[in-house]
Amino acid sequence: MKLFHKIRRTGIVTEPLSVDGADDVVLAREIDARARSLFGRALAIREVDAGSCNGCEVEIAGLSGPVYDMERFGLHFVASPRHADMLLVTGPVTRNMAVPLRMTYDATPDPKLVVAVGDCARTCGVFAGSYAVVGPVDSIIPVDVTVGGCPPEPTQILHGILAAIGRFERGGARRA
Amino acid sequence: MDPLMTDALVIAAQTAFLIVIAPAVVGYVRLIKARLQGRRGATIIQPYRELRKTFRKGMVIAESASWIFHVAPFAIVGATTAAASLAPVVSTVQPADLVGDLFVLAALLMLGTFFLALGGLDPGTAFGGMGSSREMTVAALTEPTIAIAVLTLALTTGSTSLGAITGTVLKTPAYAIGPGHALAFAAFLIALIAETGRLPVDNPSTHLELTMIHEAMILEYSGPYLALIEWAAAVRLTLLLTLAANLFLPWGMATSLVPAALTVGLCAIVVKLAILGLLLALLETRVAKLRLFRVPELLALSFTLALLGAASSFFTK
Amino acid sequence: MLGAFALGAVAALVLPLGAFVRRTALVFAAIGSACALALSVSVLRAGATWTGRWDNLLQPLGGVSLRLDSLGAFFLLIIGFTGLPASLFAIGYLKQIDRHMRSRATHTLFNVFLASMCMVTCADNGGTFLFAWEVMAVASYLLVISDPEQRDAPTAGLWYAVMTHAGFLALLAGFIILAQGGSWEFPALHSASTLLAPRARGAVFVLMAAAFGSKAGLVPLHVWLPRAHPAAPSHVSALMSAAMVNLGVYGLVRLVFDLLPPGPPWWGGLLLGIGVITALTGVLYCVAETHLKRVLAYSTVENLGLVFIGLGFALLMRGYGYGPLASMGLVAALLHTLNHAAFKCLLFLAAGSVVHRTRNVSMEMFGGLIKRMPATAMLSLVGTLALAGLPPLNGFPSEWLTFQVLVAGAQRTAPALAILLPLALAGVALVAGLAALSGVRLFGITFLALPRSTGAQHAQESTWMMVLAMAIPAVACVVLGVAPASVIPQLSRIASDLGQPTGPLSAGLALSVPLVASRMWAAMIAAVAVSAGVAAALVVRISGRDRPVRVGAAWNCGRIIQSARSEYTAAAFAEPLKRVFTGFYRPMQEVTIDVHPTSRYFVRSIRLRADLAPWMDEVVYGPLVRATRGVSDRMRQLHSGSIHFYLALLPGALLLLFVISRWIR
Repeated sequence: MKLFHKIRRTGIVTEPLSVDGADDVVLAREIDARARSLFGRALAIREVDAGSCNGCEVEIAGLSGPVYDMERFGLHFVASPRHADMLLVTGPVTRNMAVPLRMTYDATPDPKLVVAVGDCARTCGVFAGSYAVVGPVDSIIPVDVTVGGCPPEPTQILHGILAAIGRFERGGARRA
Repeated sequence: MDPLMTDALVIAAQTAFLIVIAPAVVGYVRLIKARLQGRRGATIIQPYRELRKTFRKGMVIAESASWIFHVAPFAIVGATTAAASLAPVVSTVQPADLVGDLFVLAALLMLGTFFLALGGLDPGTAFGGMGSSREMTVAALTEPTIAIAVLTLALTTGSTSLGAITGTVLKTPAYAIGPGHALAFAAFLIALIAETGRLPVDNPSTHLELTMIHEAMILEYSGPYLALIEWAAAVRLTLLLTLAANLFLPWGMATSLVPAALTVGLCAIVVKLAILGLLLALLETRVAKLRLFRVPELLALSFTLALLGAASSFFTK
Repeated sequence: MLGAFALGAVAALVLPLGAFVRRTALVFAAIGSACALALSVSVLRAGATWTGRWDNLLQPLGGVSLRLDSLGAFFLLIIGFTGLPASLFAIGYLKQIDRHMRSRATHTLFNVFLASMCMVTCADNGGTFLFAWEVMAVASYLLVISDPEQRDAPTAGLWYAVMTHAGFLALLAGFIILAQGGSWEFPALHSASTLLAPRARGAVFVLMAAAFGSKAGLVPLHVWLPRAHPAAPSHVSALMSAAMVNLGVYGLVRLVFDLLPPGPPWWGGLLLGIGVITALTGVLYCVAETHLKRVLAYSTVENLGLVFIGLGFALLMRGYGYGPLASMGLVAALLHTLNHAAFKCLLFLAAGSVVHRTRNVSMEMFGGLIKRMPATAMLSLVGTLALAGLPPLNGFPSEWLTFQVLVAGAQRTAPALAILLPLALAGVALVAGLAALSGVRLFGITFLALPRSTGAQHAQESTWMMVLAMAIPAVACVVLGVAPASVIPQLSRIASDLGQPTGPLSAGLALSVPLVASRMWAAMIAAVAVSAGVAAALVVRISGRDRPVRVGAAWNCGRIIQSARSEYTAAAFAEPLKRVFTGFYRPMQEVTIDVHPTSRYFVRSIRLRADLAPWMDEVVYGPLVRATRGVSDRMRQLHSGSIHFYLALLPGALLLLFVISRWIR
């Protein structure tokens, strides 16, 4: 019962989505109108870690928590790329993860979107030029939106995802 | 109106109600869980949006899959619909009693599980096989509990037909608060959790494949097939909650096919589903998932409760 | 009918070797089966009996006396109905033994086997019955050991021969006690049995129930079944599982409902309890085994357990005086016998096809056969759904009826049964659930996913004759599943002919049990399910014109190659259940770790051996076998080679016989 007392005391802690930090969100290419109409209200996301340091993962994990609550926008994580509409990719793509990343992309049914999260996903970040790294995410699979930052804040990631499905909340995110 | 026509209409209307309201029930439970976790959460109609979106998506079919993969979702839909058509939703006057009773309903749910398990084995992935194996084991171990719960109900009400059971319990409330029914109710609730794959038996929103039972079988499905399977799972949950509510606590159900009584019955079932959904959400927030090899202990507990219920029904007859 | 079998047997002996003899003999077998089918249907429909008497044949056994009443006709129907597909199947299946001498013997024996089974159901005389029983046992024993490629066939045959002859002796003793020195004709036995003392009646019941139960495969007398059925050629296994074990049921029903007068309730209670244990044992081993035909053999044990639950319930209710409930139990048991015969015949024939084409017997070596043997797979799916006891196929109505009669019995009976009947009901429910598990495993591991061996990879579809032979019982499975009420009137008539009138059990197309006010309309259920599925398929089709659908690799979490090594195996599928029932299985596990000679931290190989031997065999039969060996070793010492000793034995034996005969008189 202590659990329910604690729940009562804490209440709802979700914060409204702020516009700060939407500058690092870049639309890499024009989003397909069909995808936008299909995914406007419900989106299934599969997260792929292509060799990241897990800093971005910690921020992404915060997205499903009470403060940032992505479910209120109709977004949710799924367990298999077959169920997914969007791939959320982090990390400089390492040699070992290059083929699995490509296979994940191929396993996702059409129409699909890709959001690259973090400086590593955008430009290989601090690992650029390493022998273990193949290249940024858009050298393996086509990317629709990039979210910069090391690591980006959950607000920025949310803006990136929402931009990909054509929901530009309160003027956040800009086109490339 | 022609009595055959009325009967068919009643059955069709109740089935349609269950099928239409099912995603809302799932959405309602998710909303309550979200609020208990301190989040705003999505609205009740979010599952409808998800189903609509998934239905319109494309599909990727595995090379190793055969025609079983394609037939399984439709077989599951067929079996679940047939089971839903037998359930008493708003009235105790059940023309579906002429078609089947509680044993038939349980067997139809097992038929759906059978094809789901085959669909999981078909692509030849390790997780699909694991999910099938675990799901069939859990389903097989819940069968005795359900059978003895049905026996308990039949001992006091004199029948295994759903309409007859609800009608008799409604007429004689003393049955409903007797120890036999109470124990059978508890056993049925545990069996419900096992059959629908909710916590503490299985976590419906887990991403860890090694902890999955139901989800592991559908990892390979996409597009409309996935939408149909998810819908069938929601219908199964709603169906079993309706059975729990109406077989054991049938107050509010219509005893005749008069529009006023039917409206009252409709409101009653909505209220009962809301209460049961709230209890389910509270339970799922409070408990953690059981280790897979502890689940048979939980099912043995439910079987013991059911057997005690049957024995006490015998001695209080 | 018997003439056709005789012709087939003679033809096999006389004609020149080759394909012609095979086809002729088997075609005659098929014709004989069809005649049996026709005869039994006519007897069941018209309600008449058919008798025949030949006093000059088998003079010492009291002449051959045959009578076909409705009960015998029902079992004759099952024999004819399973003999037909088995014969047709064998035409293609036995092609490889065309050139050998033993093909003559095999074909002759097959015809003799069928003929003897038919005679058992018609026998009206203890002598004829035992004669036919023995011929059936010898013929099937020789057929079991006929396949030289089976290495364990001789051992299996030995177990089978010993147990069936022990049963024969028990039957003989039972008949002797029952006849009390008078005639051995069944009607005479029926009237003479009323004069028996209750203890003698109990002795007869126990002896003959043990013999018939052993033939039917009741625990713990079932041990020959999982050995003999897999060792025999598949069409013979189909006949043994679908027709011969039912003769154990026939014998028991004939005994307790016809020959003996109504007995005390403990008869029924004993059969009910043994039936539950048998069903549970059978299904638990069915789930754990990996040899395809042994899985089916254990499934036979399980289904016969369910039949005996119905029979035991019927006897129990009759003992307590609830007539209608007793007859309902009998009808449920007979319906399940019929349904089991249909799907077990189908599954054994399909197993024969699979084993033949893949050159393997273990389920761990199959896989992917649905794409290589599509017709066999489709028919096996029908058989597996029936085995799992799921609507709308025929395993379900008889299970449903068994549930209903158990509930009706629990409602109306004395508190003494307050714990027995609910436990029986729970047992049947658990068996039903586990049967579904074994069905998924059987079909899924054998036919789905990728091939696990080269044999499975290169498998091809069977010949059209074999597929046709499998289709016959498949059609029966579907018809009996969707319209079970079509056979209920005949079964009710059988029950009332045996003196147990039933109430109405069917209403139009639905099965109904008025005692618990429940009905099952299988055709409507099937119609609703199929139409809902088809409607969903149409919606998907119509809305999917511009839906992108691709074929790609299966999702294996991004691993590079999908191979058969990553699939679930049959043993793995049953693993959660084996853990739950570890106390029952008592599995043996052996782990051998091979380390590098210089340092024990470098492991070279790890070998795991897990075995699931039926411990019951060892516990129950081990001491028996050892004692027999010990006794026979002692007896061997009598073979001293001394002529004087042998000569002294002769008058000694005469003296002993003299003393015994005086004592009996």
